[in-house]
Amino acid sequence: MSASNSVKSARKSLAWLLAIVVGLAGLIAVGSLSDQNASFTPKLALDLQGGTQVILSPLVLDGEAVTPEQLDQAVSIIRQRVDASGVSESQVITQGDRNIIVSIPGVPDENTLALIKASAKLEFRAVLVTSTGAPSSSVDQPETAVEGETTDGEATAEETAPEEVAPNVPTATPTDPSDLNWVSLDLQKQFDALDCASSFREPGQVDDPTIPLITCDVTGTQKFILGPVEVEGANISDASNGTVQSSTGASTNTWAVNLDFNETGSQAFADVTQRLFPLSAPRNQFAITLDGYVITAPATQAVITGGSAQITGNFDRDSSKVLADQLKYGSLPIGFEVESQENISASLGSEQLTNGLIAGLIGLVLVVIYSAFQYRGLAIVTIGSLIVAAILVYLFIAVLSWRQGYRLSLAGVAGLIVAIGITVDSFIVYFERVRDEIREGRTLEVAVENAWTRAIRTILASDGVSFTAALTLFLLTVGNVRGFAFTLGLTTIIDLIVVLMFTHPLLRLLARTRFFSSGHPWSGFDSKALEASGYVGRGKFRVSDSLASGKVEKASKEAEKRQSIAERKAEAAIAAAKKTGEK
Amino acid sequence: MSKLKDLGNDFYSGKKSLDIVGRRRVFYLIGIAVVIASILVPIVKGGFNFGIEFRGGSEFRIEGVASTSQQIAVEAVQSVEPGSQPLVTTVGLDAVRIQTEQLDDIASEEVRIALATAYGVESGAVTSSFIGANWGADVTEKAIIALIVFLVVVSLLMALYFRTLKMSVAALVALFHDVVITLGIYALVGFEITPAAVIGFLTILGYSLYDTVVVFDKVRENTLDVEFSETTTFASQVNLAINQTLVRSVNTSVVAVLPVAAILFVGATAIGAGTLRDISLALFIGIIAGTYSSVFLAGPLYVDLRSREGRFKDKTAAAKL
Repeated sequence: MSASNSVKSARKSLAWLLAIVVGLAGLIAVGSLSDQNASFTPKLALDLQGGTQVILSPLVLDGEAVTPEQLDQAVSIIRQRVDASGVSESQVITQGDRNIIVSIPGVPDENTLALIKASAKLEFRAVLVTSTGAPSSSVDQPETAVEGETTDGEATAEETAPEEVAPNVPTATPTDPSDLNWVSLDLQKQFDALDCASSFREPGQVDDPTIPLITCDVTGTQKFILGPVEVEGANISDASNGTVQSSTGASTNTWAVNLDFNETGSQAFADVTQRLFPLSAPRNQFAITLDGYVITAPATQAVITGGSAQITGNFDRDSSKVLADQLKYGSLPIGFEVESQENISASLGSEQLTNGLIAGLIGLVLVVIYSAFQYRGLAIVTIGSLIVAAILVYLFIAVLSWRQGYRLSLAGVAGLIVAIGITVDSFIVYFERVRDEIREGRTLEVAVENAWTRAIRTILASDGVSFTAALTLFLLTVGNVRGFAFTLGLTTIIDLIVVLMFTHPLLRLLARTRFFSSGHPWSGFDSKALEASGYVGRGKFRVSDSLASGKVEKASKEAEKRQSIAERKAEAAIAAAKKTGEK
Repeated sequence: MSKLKDLGNDFYSGKKSLDIVGRRRVFYLIGIAVVIASILVPIVKGGFNFGIEFRGGSEFRIEGVASTSQQIAVEAVQSVEPGSQPLVTTVGLDAVRIQTEQLDDIASEEVRIALATAYGVESGAVTSSFIGANWGADVTEKAIIALIVFLVVVSLLMALYFRTLKMSVAALVALFHDVVITLGIYALVGFEITPAAVIGFLTILGYSLYDTVVVFDKVRENTLDVEFSETTTFASQVNLAINQTLVRSVNTSVVAVLPVAAILFVGATAIGAGTLRDISLALFIGIIAGTYSSVFLAGPLYVDLRSREGRFKDKTAAAKL
C-alpha cells in the first residue's frame, strides 16, 4: 500500500469512527424528544437505583398448601419471564413458604405485572356448544368484562355467530373429545345458568383436563362448553410474537402469537384439526384457553400438520409479547395475585458507587502512568484509545438501556473497570509487534503496516474467545450471569472497534510524523534502544541463503496440496531467512 | 526503565532467554503443588461460605420508622451477629427491609428486638420471615450447562484457528489451574461466595483463555516451519515464542491488575464488604494465576503434547540435553 493510500484509509477510518459516535449520540438525542425512556444517562440496576418490590401470593383455595417444589418452579419460570423483557438483573426470591418477592428496577406497568403473575396455562379444547355470554333465561347483554382476566385477547371476528343449541341428552359414553355425549343434562343446566358478567371462576381455579369445561371468552360476550384438553401449553416448544402476514406475504398491522409445537404437540394438533375439519359449526371450532378463559376460538379451515399455529386476538405489540414470553417459559404451577407493590431504595448506598468509581479512576491513572513509563510518547495513543473506548461504552450503554432495557449494576461497573485491562492489552500486543518489526531493522512506517497484519490476527483470535464466552453465557443463563455476559460482550466489541478504527489509523498517521519516525528517544520507538541494527544472538539459528530458498521451494510444493497452510509456511520461511540471513 | 527495554530486546533476539520449556518440570511441580493446596483449603475449612443469594436467609421488615438510615440497621444486626453484612433497603416511604444470612429462632428474635430499639419502634412493628435464594438451583444448573457448552465451543474454535486440538487441551489445563487456584485462595481468605464473586470467576475463565491465545499465536507463528528446519527444534521455538511474548505478558497483566488492585485495596478499605470487594479479589488472584499459567504452563504443556508425535520426538529429546 502506498503511503498516501495508507493516510487516506487512516483518515477514512477515523471519519467513520466519528460518524459512529455522532450517530449514536444523535440517535439518543432524537429519541429523547419522542420517548421519555431515551436519555444520555444510562439507567441503573436494582442495587444502585432501587425499584419496585412486588409481593405475589399464590391463588389457592383456603387451607390448600403450596408445595416447596411448586414455589421453586414458579420462581424459576418467573425469573425467565422477567429476564426475557431485558437485561435488568432482577431479584426473584421466595418469602416464607407461600410468597414470592419480585424486585425489579423502575416501575412495572400492567403488562409487566401480567407477565410475572399470570400462571399462563394454555389449553386447546374442542368447542361443543356456544352461546352468548348471558344466562339463557336472560336477554340482557353483559356490559362489564370479567375480572381477573390476564390478557387483552378477545374473540376474533371470524368466529361463527353464536347459536342456541337445543338441550342434548347423552345417549352413550363419549367416544372422542368432540362428541356431544359429553354434554350431560347437568352440564347443560350449568351452562344455561352461566352469566359471564359474574365472577364465575375462582381465582387460580384448576380445571380437570379430562372433563369438559364451561367458560366464557375474556371479554364475556360468549360462553362455551368445551371438550377435554387435547393440546397443552407444555407441548409448545417455542413462542414468539409478530405481525400477521397477509396472503400476499405483506405484513399487516394485526399482532399475533406464533406457536411451535413439540412432537407430541404437533401430532395432537394435527389429530384435532383432522377431526374438526369435516364437522359443522360450532363443532368445527377449537378454543384456545388461557387460565380458563377462551382467548380465541377459530373455525378449522384446514388440517394443520406442520406443528405450528398462530393465535390472533385483540393483541397489540406489548400484549402479544407478554403472552409469547409466558408460553415460551411455560405455565406457572399456580396462579399468583399481587399482594403488595412498593418502591424500594437501592440496597447499596450511593457512596458505594462513588467509591467504586474513585477506585476505578485511581486504577485508570495507574494504567496511564505505567503505559507512559513503558511506551513514552505512545502513551498518547493508549490514553486516546481508552478515552474513545470510554465514550463508545457510555453511548452504547445509554442506547441499550433505552432500546433493550439494559441496567447497569455495580457488578457491571466492576466489569467495565476490568475491561480497561483487556482493552489496553490489544494496544500492547500491537505496540510490541511494532517494536519487534523495528528490531528487525524496518522503518517505522513499514513496521506499523507489517505489525498490524500480525497483531490483528492475534487480537481477533483472543477477542473471538472472549466474545464466544460472552455469547454462550448470555444465551444460556439467567439473572446476574446474563448481565455480566452482556457487559463482557459489549466491551469486547468496543475493543475491536477502537483498535480497528482508532488505534491503528492513529498510529499510521503518527508514524509519518518526525517525532515518531525518527525514533526519538521519547517516542516509544527509539530505534537505538530497540537495536535496529539487528543483533543476532545465542538463541538465533543461522541458515545460509541457499538453504533458506530451499525451504521456500519445499514450501511451494506443499502449497499445491494445502494452499493456506503452505502459504503461511512459505511466508514464515522467507521471514526466517531475512531474520537470520544477515551474517 | 531502559533496562526493561533492553530486556525486551534480549528476550526477542534470544540474547537473553529464560529456559522455560527446559525447566518445565519445576514449573509443573509448582503449579501442581498450588492446585493441590487450593483443593485442600476448602476441604479443610469445611466447604465454601455461600452468601444469602445462594442459601436464602432471614428478612426483617420494620414499619413506620422515623429515619430510614441504612447504617442504623447494619449496626443493630451486627450487635447481635458480629461480622454479618445485612442488605438494607428502604421500602415505600417509612419502612425498612433488612436481609441477613439465615438466623436461628433465638438470634432472629434478638435481631428483631435490636432493630426495634435502634429504630425506636414497638417490637410488633418488626416482622421477620425466611427468604429463599435468588441464585437458586435453577440458576446454577443453567450456568453449569452454559459453562460446559462454552468450554466445548471455545476448544473447537481454538482447534480450528490453531489447526491442532493440542493447543486447546493445553489451554484448558491452564484454565483449570487458574480457576482452582482462584477458588482455593478465595476460600482461604474466607470471603462469602456471592454472585459478584461468581462473576469474577467467570471473568477469569475468559481472561485465562484470552491470555493463553496471545502466547499461542506467537508459538504457532514460530513453529510453522519448524519441521523443515534442520537447525532448530520444536521445543526451542516454543521457548523462543514464550520469551518473545514475555514483555507483553508482563505488561498486560500489570495493566489488567492495576485497576483491580485499586478497587481491592483502595476501594475495599473505603467501601468495606460487598460486590466490588468480592469481584476484585477473585480477579486479582485469577489474573496473577492466569499470567503464570500462560507463561510457564501452557507452552511447555503444548511441547509435551506435541513431542509424542514421531516427527518431533528425536528433536525434543535432543533439546533436553
